[in-house]
Amino acid sequence: MTTALFLLFSILALTFLLALPLGLYAARVFAGERVWTSPLLAPLERAVYRLAGVDPANEMDWKKYATSLLLFNFAGFLFLYLILRLQPLLPLDPLHLGAVPPGSAFNTAVSFVTNTNWQDYAGETTLGPLAQMLGLTVQNFLSAAVGVTLLLPLVRGFVRHETDRLGNYWVDLTRTVLYILLPLSLVFALVLVAQGVPDTLTALVRAHLVFPFHEGAHLVRHQAIALGPVASQEAIKILGNNGGGFFNVNSAHPFENPTALTNALETVAMLLLPATLLVAFARLARAPGTAVALVIATLLFFIPLALLSAHEELSPNPRIAVLSVAQHPSPRLAGGGNLVGVDDRIGAVGCALFATAATATSTGAANCAYDSMMPLAGGVNLFLMQLGEVVFGGIGTGLASLLAFAVFAVFLGGLMVGRTPEFLGKKIETFEMKMVSLSILVMPLVVLVGTAVAVLSPAGRASVGNPGPHGFSEILYALTSPGNNNGSAFGGLDAATRFYNILTGVAMLLGRYWVYLPLLAMAGSLARKRTVPVGAGTLPTHTLTFVVLLAGSILLIGALNFLPALVLGPGADQALLMTRAAHAALVRRAAP
Amino acid sequence: MFRSLSTTVRLFLLLAVVSGLVYPLAVLGLAHLLFPAKSQGSLLVRRGRVVGSALIGQEIIRPRYFWSRPSATTPVPYDADASNASNTAPTNPRLVADIRRRLARLEHADPGAHGPVPIDLVTTSGSGLDPDISLAAAAYQIPRVARAGGLPVRTLERLVSAHTERPPLPFLGPPVVAVLPLDLALHRLYEKEQKGRR
Repeated sequence: MTTALFLLFSILALTFLLALPLGLYAARVFAGERVWTSPLLAPLERAVYRLAGVDPANEMDWKKYATSLLLFNFAGFLFLYLILRLQPLLPLDPLHLGAVPPGSAFNTAVSFVTNTNWQDYAGETTLGPLAQMLGLTVQNFLSAAVGVTLLLPLVRGFVRHETDRLGNYWVDLTRTVLYILLPLSLVFALVLVAQGVPDTLTALVRAHLVFPFHEGAHLVRHQAIALGPVASQEAIKILGNNGGGFFNVNSAHPFENPTALTNALETVAMLLLPATLLVAFARLARAPGTAVALVIATLLFFIPLALLSAHEELSPNPRIAVLSVAQHPSPRLAGGGNLVGVDDRIGAVGCALFATAATATSTGAANCAYDSMMPLAGGVNLFLMQLGEVVFGGIGTGLASLLAFAVFAVFLGGLMVGRTPEFLGKKIETFEMKMVSLSILVMPLVVLVGTAVAVLSPAGRASVGNPGPHGFSEILYALTSPGNNNGSAFGGLDAATRFYNILTGVAMLLGRYWVYLPLLAMAGSLARKRTVPVGAGTLPTHTLTFVVLLAGSILLIGALNFLPALVLGPGADQALLMTRAAHAALVRRAAP
Repeated sequence: MFRSLSTTVRLFLLLAVVSGLVYPLAVLGLAHLLFPAKSQGSLLVRRGRVVGSALIGQEIIRPRYFWSRPSATTPVPYDADASNASNTAPTNPRLVADIRRRLARLEHADPGAHGPVPIDLVTTSGSGLDPDISLAAAAYQIPRVARAGGLPVRTLERLVSAHTERPPLPFLGPPVVAVLPLDLALHRLYEKEQKGRR
């Protein structure tokens, strides 16, 4: 556990160390100011506006902003769907992998446009270099930038007053891509290559085995090694909280995550932009105290859950303990603990902390088989997503949801003292609360109803890969993850069926647009209001009281909605593990 | 309406070109220039032929060599074109059955071995392509390799420690032994010995 503590705190320290300067930089980018990269990027930015016919000075109201967002996303969906369907007709498909089937292409296109990156395909056997670059990498950038465009109008809604202008959608989008995502990804991609992540247009190398072996009656003399432009995609997959892997097993693959160092850096990179946006928010909203309160509330969930997951992964599996197998934590045993579905260079602790970061943020990447995690560690994954992706959360969307919970918290506080609640100088009234409730409650509805549908239908149950309560956990996970635009999975469930393609596709769409469009509407209403001065009845939002109120609201909603499902899944699974083990121990003691 | 539709399409295509062509090709070029071997997959070449990648494990189950971890890829283990994990849950009875089978295989290859078997030697990895084994898994196999290959234990211990990789900071991850490079070095040793005997 000492290793876990050291690793966790160095990851968090590095994240915030990088997020501070980056957040201040990002705030200037979002405000449209000149930054130190402007001499290089401003000409490119201007050229993009000229060619696209964008007038950057032309600001939009919330409806125009939302329409632009939807149009842009629809264009992205169509483009990606066509690339996947038309793969055989397009260049750069050296292995002739063929067209992606319609169900899978629909699911994948929705998945990448909504920043979910749920993988129903195996990258190395489905997509050639062109589809990976022009198809997936493009959406990795754009869907992350779209996340930022869901946050910025909300922040402006609080800051601006007596206006209906919330910014120019095209400018927010373009500046996020050019000034933030591209430079960061370029640097990170090269760091990854330096550690061994390949980046090449060669799609496959045939190695001649020095040690051929028999598989059945067949002598295997060669190893086909899948390659490709991995590093460029890996960098934005992690930084952009996307999570859709180049390879089937995602960041567990040695080409996506070759060393212990890349593993730690990828964990930091998942947290980096959500943390950066918290810093940028402090600057843009001129509310550093409130931002600190939001960070503390976030860490109040993140740290204990990360440590719980690490503790569970390091606990010996009682079923294996009865065999002659060494599994106690020790550096000599690759860290020991639960190594089922974990590569040795990563270890159980590396797996647990990566999983926590991947499910706390909306990345959903995986560096180990989440389905093989100990029941409660898998439960931590589920719970973090079910909190509504607010513990760090997705790029932009995480902070937007956290702000929705903050509004909900001051509303609760206001009810207690009988005053009209305010947040960041804006009165919170009926319309705002309606939009916040809609945003908070749609997700549980989608996830729980979806799970019920899947559990009740034969097609939903047929895909399950593990028996008992764990099978239920798999189904719950398969709805929780798309419903929260996370994208991680319990891989034992076969999600590449028509049933799950459609069900998870719909969950992703509802989880993205039904959750965030109400917040855009709220931003429109907030911006029109006058800013009220701080009075005696104002609940200050930089105090411990607010932190407790906020964390309490998040926990209350998350726990109330999902506790029954969590008890039926990971809870029952853990009980099963303990009781059978106790039973086996009794049997052994009884036998002389 | 028509104007914003045309803006959407044009801006999308421009950003797609920047992020889907310019960016990946820039990374490609720089990677090729700065890290020529690593950008191509850290391939291992022996007598002019590619024999594998330093980062990708291979199925090795000969008594004279160090074994890799079990692999869950199909149709063959360590299929580097079809990475996969077993996805077996901790409560799945199949897990225990699989481990028992692998224990039996290890015992069959080395009936003299005793003491508990390191867990990574009887479980499948996350990628199915794990290039490494733990220090304990290497140490567990040394007596068998020494006997089957006729090499002194000291030589093997030195070889293993020469192929042990430690992360730059100890808490980043566990120390591991790279199996394929280790076995290739062992292979060279056997070849040299054979030549010496002739």
